[in-house]
Amino acid sequence: MADTLKPENDVQLLDAIKWAISEKTPLEVVAGGSKRTYGRPTQTAATLDVSGLAKIKIYEPAELYMTAQAGARMSEIDAALLDAGQQLSFEPPDLGPLLGGSENVATLGGIVATNLAGPRRIKDGAARDHVLGFNAVSGRGEIFKSGGTVVKNVSGFDMSKLMAGSFGTLGVMSTITVKVLPMPEKVRTLLIRWGADAPDDHVAMTAMSQALGSAHDVSAAAHLPAAITGRSGVDYVKSSSGGVTALRLEGPEPSVKHRTQVLKDEIKGFAEIEELHTKNSATLWREIRDVQPFVNCDNLPYVWRISVPPTSGSHVAASILQYLGGEVFYDWGGGLIWLALTAVPGAGAETIRAALMEMGGHATLVRAPSDIRGSVAVFQPLSGPEAMVTAKIKEGFDPDGILNPGRMYAGI
Amino acid sequence: MQMPKTDESVIARREELAAGLREIVPGEGVIDGEEELRAFDCDGLMAYKQLPLIVVLPETTMQVSDILKYCHANNVKIVPRGAGTGLSGGALPLADAITLGLGKFKKILDIDFENRCVVTQPGVTNLGITTAVEHAGFYYAPDPSSQIACSIGGNVAENSGGVHCLKYGLTTNNVLGVEMVMMNGEIIRLGGKHLDSGGLDLLGVITGSEGLLGVITEVTVRILKKPETARALLIGFPTMIDAGNCVADVIAAGIIPGGMELMDKQIIHAAEDFVHAGYPLDVEGLMVVELDGPDAEVNYLVERVEEIANTANASYIRISENEDERARFWSGRKNAFPAVGRISPDYICVDGTIPRKKLAEVLRRMEGISEKHDLRVANVFHAGDGNLHPLILFDANIEGELERAELVCADILTLCVEVGGVLSGEHGIGVEKRDLMGTMFTEDDLKQQQRLKCAFDPGHLLNPGKVYPELHRCAELGKMHVHHGKLPFPDIPRL
Repeated sequence: MADTLKPENDVQLLDAIKWAISEKTPLEVVAGGSKRTYGRPTQTAATLDVSGLAKIKIYEPAELYMTAQAGARMSEIDAALLDAGQQLSFEPPDLGPLLGGSENVATLGGIVATNLAGPRRIKDGAARDHVLGFNAVSGRGEIFKSGGTVVKNVSGFDMSKLMAGSFGTLGVMSTITVKVLPMPEKVRTLLIRWGADAPDDHVAMTAMSQALGSAHDVSAAAHLPAAITGRSGVDYVKSSSGGVTALRLEGPEPSVKHRTQVLKDEIKGFAEIEELHTKNSATLWREIRDVQPFVNCDNLPYVWRISVPPTSGSHVAASILQYLGGEVFYDWGGGLIWLALTAVPGAGAETIRAALMEMGGHATLVRAPSDIRGSVAVFQPLSGPEAMVTAKIKEGFDPDGILNPGRMYAGI
Repeated sequence: MQMPKTDESVIARREELAAGLREIVPGEGVIDGEEELRAFDCDGLMAYKQLPLIVVLPETTMQVSDILKYCHANNVKIVPRGAGTGLSGGALPLADAITLGLGKFKKILDIDFENRCVVTQPGVTNLGITTAVEHAGFYYAPDPSSQIACSIGGNVAENSGGVHCLKYGLTTNNVLGVEMVMMNGEIIRLGGKHLDSGGLDLLGVITGSEGLLGVITEVTVRILKKPETARALLIGFPTMIDAGNCVADVIAAGIIPGGMELMDKQIIHAAEDFVHAGYPLDVEGLMVVELDGPDAEVNYLVERVEEIANTANASYIRISENEDERARFWSGRKNAFPAVGRISPDYICVDGTIPRKKLAEVLRRMEGISEKHDLRVANVFHAGDGNLHPLILFDANIEGELERAELVCADILTLCVEVGGVLSGEHGIGVEKRDLMGTMFTEDDLKQQQRLKCAFDPGHLLNPGKVYPELHRCAELGKMHVHHGKLPFPDIPRL
């Protein structure tokens, strides 16, 4: 029975989960479905679709928070925030197109459950840092909540952190409260356009590290190697003969103007510098946020998201690419490697994780066909004690394995 | 304060346990003399005191692991302790528990400017991290007012805040990794110099867990470059309501200051008498607003905040022209607690958070609470993030005043929850607010939190009696309600 349950309110959500428990029917939890193929494939007999819980319930710009149902579309949330000159400052990506689906269908619940974050992660944190509270139904069929609507809160365990990034394996969130912040008045991006004869990516890591270690409050730093730049919709990037390193400055206008000038002077020794204004900045950072260079690359079926200490980004990438064919680009000042691979055996997992053993960090297989995601460890394998705690947490929240069973690890 | 029932059989084995611990930590690292134990009988919440059974001060992670293994095997409780500056009694000893102090973990292990992080042992003070990196122009952002003394391990346990969290986040937003020992002695490493480890966010759960889940033996924090400039405005208002409105107006204008503090008349006068900060004495509310960043930004925002303050009915505005003046503006606020100590023999510092818009209502109702129990309440706030620190003034030598002060505290915190806020903004629940958890959470909420505890410490040996008013046995918490029946819920839309 491939049933799909689509609750329209919290009572029905609770009932649906209680039904699944009583029928011992594992549920695949979905909302917009844009990241349905992110994680291990689940063995489920029914689907719980929470896209019917789609309302923005409270939005108080002056209190800097919004409470929305988990199935609320990010596109609607962004529009409401834009009206008040605010934003979710962790820059939630839209991975729909990367994963072969449509854009603008992602939901708040999905973003939080996968703990994603865009380029501003290095300054303002990820989804985990912006969830102030939530209401959820556990796999025990019980309603529970945590947190609240205020930023400063140490009242009991921080369950919001636990729910963020749990891929719907512990509970199904019905409403989520997130912190919102003012949009910057002005945005500028400095581009270091490395020439055709530029040295390897490591010099870009050095440039980003220098910029991020300055007092100029750089809010994003990414590097696109020469193989990638041609896919950008921004002329200054596309026309570069070598790779491009992008540094973003945001804030009040006089401040951005001043910092742009000073930072430009500080980095001009690296290579030719260009300046992107509002529109081009927005385009470039959206491309990076949504991993657009790897959208529709049929020859590169596997996409990995690798998080490492920023200065080791290029070393890790080089040590992987010497064995495997593929492409990379870097966000988070070098700390986030987006790696796309050709159809290599085992999606290259062994090579990638061996490279990480040396430098530290973790790798997640974001895009791959279902059979590969079923046979390769999609998430970084856990140490013994970590695996033990993870299994026990799952047991405490979802003892019968009703919610997205096996989505993260076998049995979790 | 009701604490878990003391296990007399453990107390009877005190000598044997001390000998066992000496096998692990030789020399003076095990303390069991009554005089020496007295130094550990409370933390920053001095209203509650209890001699620990034994104090052990290990120096290595392996020793911590061996101590926990030993206690796990012997079914002995552990109270972890950092610098002992906590204000909610999180490190309050138990008569039948071993206090495990991390005071000897005082080394900074790695300073990595290129990756903008520091790896440190947990006993290093909060300020010690900044001191170690400031020669290169860096600092560690969260700055609880006890930063000279409080340890980074304790900061992680309590998810400490400070005046700069509005802009720079709490401890949880600035910690990248920890090494932790679990109650069974297993050592676990979470996070590192990279961001967002895959898997469940155990690092996020550990932060703010008040010593209930494990003992932290190493911390990796991110450091930031010091802003080019900081300038402060001192803004006085004829009423606290005007001041509260001004806070909301600044935020609504899209400005997130580095710090935004508010003091009431009692605090202003006490602080001025104490440190002579030059505070105006003819205002009812006084704000310190600090803007930090590049020069151009700070000067621009200072002007904008000045305009907003003028529109918001400010009766006094001064803007710092140099570092000395900025430090002077802050000196009163930073010394508010000791200043109050001079006008009242004792005080309790309350710590709740409210939605900013409820400030006027909460102030009015706090006056009522103060009158009802006939005790003065002085107010100092981290206004930007709605974190209140009302100080309840009393004299413990007058019979019944401590009890009344505790009632005022409970009433104020209940009020915070009632208006949509929370029980603790940055001091933690500890023992102090433990019995109020039911005002914020349902029984199911609390049980679910405890199931998380069970995953780390199924025997409830780590810091029992803290945070949760009642600890359910893990076996009991694990039971499922049995749901019978075939499709009892026909009304759910199906596709």
